[in-house]
Amino acid sequence: MRLEVEITGKTFRSAAGETHEVLAPLKFVLSSGEVGVLIGPSGCGKSTMLRIILGLDRDFGGRVARPPEARIGMVFQEPRLLPWRSVEQNVRLAAPNVSDAKLSELFKILELDAHRRHFPGELSLGLARRVALARAFAVEPDLLVLDEPLASLDDALAGRLRDEIATLVASRPVMTLLVTHSIDDAIRLGDRLFFLSPRPARIVQEVPIAVPRAERSEAELVRIKAELAAVQLESK
Amino acid sequence: MLRLLSFALLLAIWWIAALFVGGAKLPSPPAVLNVIVADASSGALFLHLGATLARVALSFVLAMSLGSAIGYLMGRVKLADRLGDPWLILLLNLPALVVIVLAYIWAGLTEAAAITAIAINKLPTAIVTLREGTRALDRSLDEMATVFAMPRWRAFRHVVLPQLAPYIAASARSGLSLVWKIVLVAELLGRPNGVGFEIGVAFQLFDTPRLLAYSLTFAAVVLVIETALVQPFEARATRWRPRAA
Repeated sequence: MRLEVEITGKTFRSAAGETHEVLAPLKFVLSSGEVGVLIGPSGCGKSTMLRIILGLDRDFGGRVARPPEARIGMVFQEPRLLPWRSVEQNVRLAAPNVSDAKLSELFKILELDAHRRHFPGELSLGLARRVALARAFAVEPDLLVLDEPLASLDDALAGRLRDEIATLVASRPVMTLLVTHSIDDAIRLGDRLFFLSPRPARIVQEVPIAVPRAERSEAELVRIKAELAAVQLESK
Repeated sequence: MLRLLSFALLLAIWWIAALFVGGAKLPSPPAVLNVIVADASSGALFLHLGATLARVALSFVLAMSLGSAIGYLMGRVKLADRLGDPWLILLLNLPALVVIVLAYIWAGLTEAAAITAIAINKLPTAIVTLREGTRALDRSLDEMATVFAMPRWRAFRHVVLPQLAPYIAASARSGLSLVWKIVLVAELLGRPNGVGFEIGVAFQLFDTPRLLAYSLTFAAVVLVIETALVQPFEARATRWRPRAA
């Protein structure tokens, strides 16, 4: 399964009637088992790009090809849970075919067991984000999209959730698209990094990481990070 | 307990006032109770109450379902809003009496005319409330439902409907009180039974005990329905909300 994105441009008309260019021409391909990471400054158009890829925004130039039968799991920037449904119902509504065993396993990994019956209003942001992750994984997605899933969490929790994401991504072949500001997240989770320019966004650089995710030791990560810094200096 | 005390106080004031004003204008509580008991044992009270309740139920259900559907449509589809808005303003400002009289003239003194007229009076407020509710729907949750490919009906039931529930409850609340008031007018003008009809008869005979007997039983029924049906529904619809301090 492959995701092919070829955007020739996207403009946005503001309330004042001015036209803004949000996305410049850009192109990339993602295959099953790969984690692509989009890194770029705030407001560069990442969320717009995600909306286009997810089919929420059809008003753009170019094309996005993904298999029509591909199931999508999405973690939005905000958890976007249904406040009037319990944690378990939230997950089951998005993933009606999830087995009890699978659900138990997910809740166990994400440490949500105690919160199955709670309503989202009773959860902390960190917990709500974990529910959003559980929901995205429960659908057993072919395309997993994570829009800054670890933003505004403390380092320890973010680190644990990152490991959990890595475990879950490794457990099945899935095309993953991660949006983040954090180079650390990017090099720990990503197979290919796409650095984006400020708005209108285009891909400034595409950096593959050759070492498989599981074999990246701390020393390895430091080396990759240094390499990235050098590459980025070069490109400036 | 406090409520009971307050009710007893009202009763006491009524009784004292009745002693001063005299039985013809303001009968004492036992006099009114006598009429209630007499009409209850003859069955007339239940016949009239039943007729009124049936009209309320029918016109309320008709107005709520139609009004909710139209309101939802107008909230979702801009064209429908544009087309419907002038009609809505007209309906909102049309006096209830005009609608009832016209319905009786056009459709005859029939049950259908009465129920339609009552429903038309309630319809525009239901539309307005539901339109506001639909406009306030959270688009980000709609997007979530789309991305996770929720089937239309499931998305409507679990994503849209819970957001509309407080608006539906509010509309039911205000709508019911409106229907309670209008149904009596419709009955007074053109029905041979119901609480409104009985009150009309009592008015013509200046029979204050009968008038009070029927209006008070009617008020009691309204109170029971409000507390037993409407309030629990409201509480259930909003149970996920954190309690107000």
